[in-house]
Amino acid sequence: MNKKALLMQGNEACVRGALYAGMRFYSGYPITPSTEIAEMSAVLLPTVGGAFIQMEDEIGGIAAAIGASIAGKKAMTATSGPGFTLKMENLGYAVMSEIPLVIVDVQRGGPSTGLPTQSSQADVMQTKWGSHGDNSLIVLSPNSVTETFYLTVEAFNLAEKYRTPVVILTDEVIGHAREKIILPEPGEIEIFDRLPPLEDRPYRPFGVEEGDKVPRFAAFGTGYRYNITGLYHNESGFPSNSQENAKLMLERIHNKLKDEEIIKYEKYQMEDAEYVFLAFGSTSRSAVAAVNELRAEGYKVGLFRPITIWPSPEKAIDEIASKVEGICVAEMNLGQYVLEVERIAAGRTKVSHLGRANGDILRPEEFVNHAKEYFNER
Amino acid sequence: MKLEFNFSGTGGQGVILLGVIMAETAINEGYNALQTQCYGPEARGGASRCEVIISQDEIYYPKAQKPDYILCLSQAAADKFAKGLTPDTVLIVDSLIDLVEDPGTEKIYKLPIVDTARNKLGKEITANIISLGAILEITQLFTKEALLESVLDRIPKGTEEINIQAIEAGIELVKNWNENK
Repeated sequence: MNKKALLMQGNEACVRGALYAGMRFYSGYPITPSTEIAEMSAVLLPTVGGAFIQMEDEIGGIAAAIGASIAGKKAMTATSGPGFTLKMENLGYAVMSEIPLVIVDVQRGGPSTGLPTQSSQADVMQTKWGSHGDNSLIVLSPNSVTETFYLTVEAFNLAEKYRTPVVILTDEVIGHAREKIILPEPGEIEIFDRLPPLEDRPYRPFGVEEGDKVPRFAAFGTGYRYNITGLYHNESGFPSNSQENAKLMLERIHNKLKDEEIIKYEKYQMEDAEYVFLAFGSTSRSAVAAVNELRAEGYKVGLFRPITIWPSPEKAIDEIASKVEGICVAEMNLGQYVLEVERIAAGRTKVSHLGRANGDILRPEEFVNHAKEYFNER
Repeated sequence: MKLEFNFSGTGGQGVILLGVIMAETAINEGYNALQTQCYGPEARGGASRCEVIISQDEIYYPKAQKPDYILCLSQAAADKFAKGLTPDTVLIVDSLIDLVEDPGTEKIYKLPIVDTARNKLGKEITANIISLGAILEITQLFTKEALLESVLDRIPKGTEEINIQAIEAGIELVKNWNENK
């Protein structure tokens, strides 16, 4: 069957992906450039028996989504920088209490209310370090409308599989752009649901059964009585002040995300590349255009695109760092992910930064000029 | 084939919808298309711009680099975009607009789009669909039927008739311009 190609906006693709993955609850507070996600959720959720609620603010938005997830529904909230900042406290709560949840950050120019209608990638460190404590979560960055759909499905699957909040870190360009998409049929992509308690043994709300990655999830209201808290807790869910327990629990929450299957990335023209651009999200599209142009002129350049931003694709970057002459990290900010790449490269290759934070996506000619400068000077 | 369009005007004139319909028609006709928008924080008023790239190949960089067609529906938009163009750029402006600066191209269409919307169709908000008819006639990129299908898909129910008239009016404006220039 020839499936129909549609014109769709990135933000709409996010909602379509969420529904495909089984989202049945959305709560949030609208903010440009993420508002279409709330609008589409409000229109479409009731058609599948789901619920939409606009809360009093962004804090309420994530709090209600956490509540819905605890009650057994797949839940999402979406926002942009200023709202993402407000969500930090509850994001940490979801990490600590291991609540499956999808949070979309359609980045706009910051700091503060910044540039509401223009793009940025300056929240990349905030996704990882914005909430206090040794935070660990999954962050995915799509670079097209189609990928926004697929990564939203993936975000829900990972959230359910690893009992963790997953951030979809997109930006104004990808969120607002409309382009071609062919939607998959139901059943084409595997959907993962959190595992329910085992019937043959007493339920341990925060104990990991043999063979499992994470504790099994009993939805509130299904007959299980247990406690959920942001305090360090024992297997029963009740607060524990034991330092031994705290150590083990934090290690478990950290280590569960060290699974290599979480890490996704794309390599473009990397086989014989001497100089490599590292870019994600909308910026990576400019990079592809630039790599094509430079390759046509004989320059051996390539592109490495992290799709999973956090945990960072450490092994892949490590391998590149030991092979190539230089890595240029391109991002719409004054230098953030470049710090992670510098850490991994650890001086083995020259790491430079190509960035701008004025609302405008980096242009292909900026990559081209940067690369030519490198090749001319070496 | 790769064509880049830049549609600009005032918030509320519907230039973004115009771009959406162009991109949608292109996809229905088997092309790749990408539409982006640029607007201020205001809900209405303020500058509004929409870019569309239509290509037979993959589209990577999502913004227009050297637009082939530029449409300006407001003076402010023309002041910003109707200048420094290359000679092969086609410039379409509303006839109410004064081109103070030399735009750099002689391929100019000055069409009474806003006047036609306001006085002939009686609804100023049809200016974007009239523009669409004009662009169709100038570019000959799609069939009228293909364009109409996307228009009718994207407009509110009950406004079909006036939007069909708007497309026809836009086509007529270009025909008249070509005859009288």
